Amino acid sequence: MTSLGDGPIVLTEGTHPFLERFDPKFLAAASANAREMRFETDEYVFREGERAQRFFLILEGKVGLEIEAADRPRLTVQTIGPGEVMGWAWLVHPYHWPVAARALKPTRAIALDTFVLHRYFKLHPDVGYRFVLRLMPVIAKRLDDTRVQLADIHA
Amino acid sequence: MREFAAELATGTGDPGPYAPFPHRVISRTKETADTTTLVLAPVGGGKGARFSPGQFNMLYAFGVGEAAISMSGDPSEEGTLVHTVRAVGNVSTALSRLGPGDVVGVRGPYGKGWPVDQMRGKDVVVMAGGLGLAPLRPVIYELYAHREDYGRVEIIYGSRSPAELLYYDEIQSWRTRTDTRFQVTVDSADRNWYGDVGVVTQRVPDARFDPARTIALMCGPEIMMKLSAQALEARGIAPSDIWLSMERNMKCAIAQCGHCQFGPYFICRDGPVLPYARIRPFLAVREV
Repeated sequence: MTSLGDGPIVLTEGTHPFLERFDPKFLAAASANAREMRFETDEYVFREGERAQRFFLILEGKVGLEIEAADRPRLTVQTIGPGEVMGWAWLVHPYHWPVAARALKPTRAIALDTFVLHRYFKLHPDVGYRFVLRLMPVIAKRLDDTRVQLADIHA
Repeated sequence: MREFAAELATGTGDPGPYAPFPHRVISRTKETADTTTLVLAPVGGGKGARFSPGQFNMLYAFGVGEAAISMSGDPSEEGTLVHTVRAVGNVSTALSRLGPGDVVGVRGPYGKGWPVDQMRGKDVVVMAGGLGLAPLRPVIYELYAHREDYGRVEIIYGSRSPAELLYYDEIQSWRTRTDTRFQVTVDSADRNWYGDVGVVTQRVPDARFDPARTIALMCGPEIMMKLSAQALEARGIAPSDIWLSMERNMKCAIAQCGHCQFGPYFICRDGPVLPYARIRPFLAVREV
């Protein structure tokens, strides 16, 4: 069962590696509606097709990204752990999760409200630009890793 | 066939470098759908040849042919040889089908193995992809047997899927050791897998070692070794401290036939274990 941490979150640079060197004003704004969430093993963080409304900063545990596969059970294609971030579908139309995320062990994460982020970035595009620049290497790395997986390097 | 093997066992005179020595299959373990581990002992008894981790034998499936197969057993155990074989061609398929009591020809051990002497006192990173764990298993036994001789030890093993993991029970046991980190990752998995999913190179940034005093060993498909070596180099390990076990089509195993030539090297004689610094230029060349 998902549980929420106690009280409001106050994000700081030390909360998660992704937040390092961000402007304290942005961190204060992003703290609005931010929640610490806990997921038990096998609990879904989000499911494929659901509206993407949160950006997750993983603090502890492990989350598996799952896809549907033809003639096979669902496949876990990637795992994400502490210090990593999860979910950018809230930046990409139509803003639905293209994969499902399931906790593979008890997991603790901070979920940022992406409505708050969108609103802040519209008012402060320079911060939005920096945020995307911070996120792009993560996306590029996941794409690279997927390419390497396709190369069948574990044959 | 067994009569022929018996003749070989009792023959006199110099049998020459190509004569296989008959060994009997003591046990057979099916590791995965296409991979089998055979334990062999010399016909007629005896301690058998000693080997260094990383070396290989030529195994002869009588009437079918010979193939180079890495040692995958404990180098400190005398009297038996352990080989893990994936059925991919006629010879390896024939070897995979052998069972207890069957006889196989053995030539070897051949080649240069892992740089165990250089590893002592240093951190060690072991990276294996798929069947590449088999040639690394002897050196893992060595690391565990003399754990105090080494610094931090990181083992990273990648497989296509959980069903294709080799030595499953042994890995479970190794992973319980607190003096070594043994990470396992797979390309994809069903819902019953709670381990890591991804490629071995993804585990490198978190690996704990001092790059200035680390020796890295790796075996797997060439693309896996190339990418892993790049990832380790990016962490600061010198190319001369990264060692790869190369695979080529070996026929004679004594540097006579040239089948296993890789640039200026004969993999059977100069390898199969070679430093990345020496072979890096040739890894970039197609069809070397």
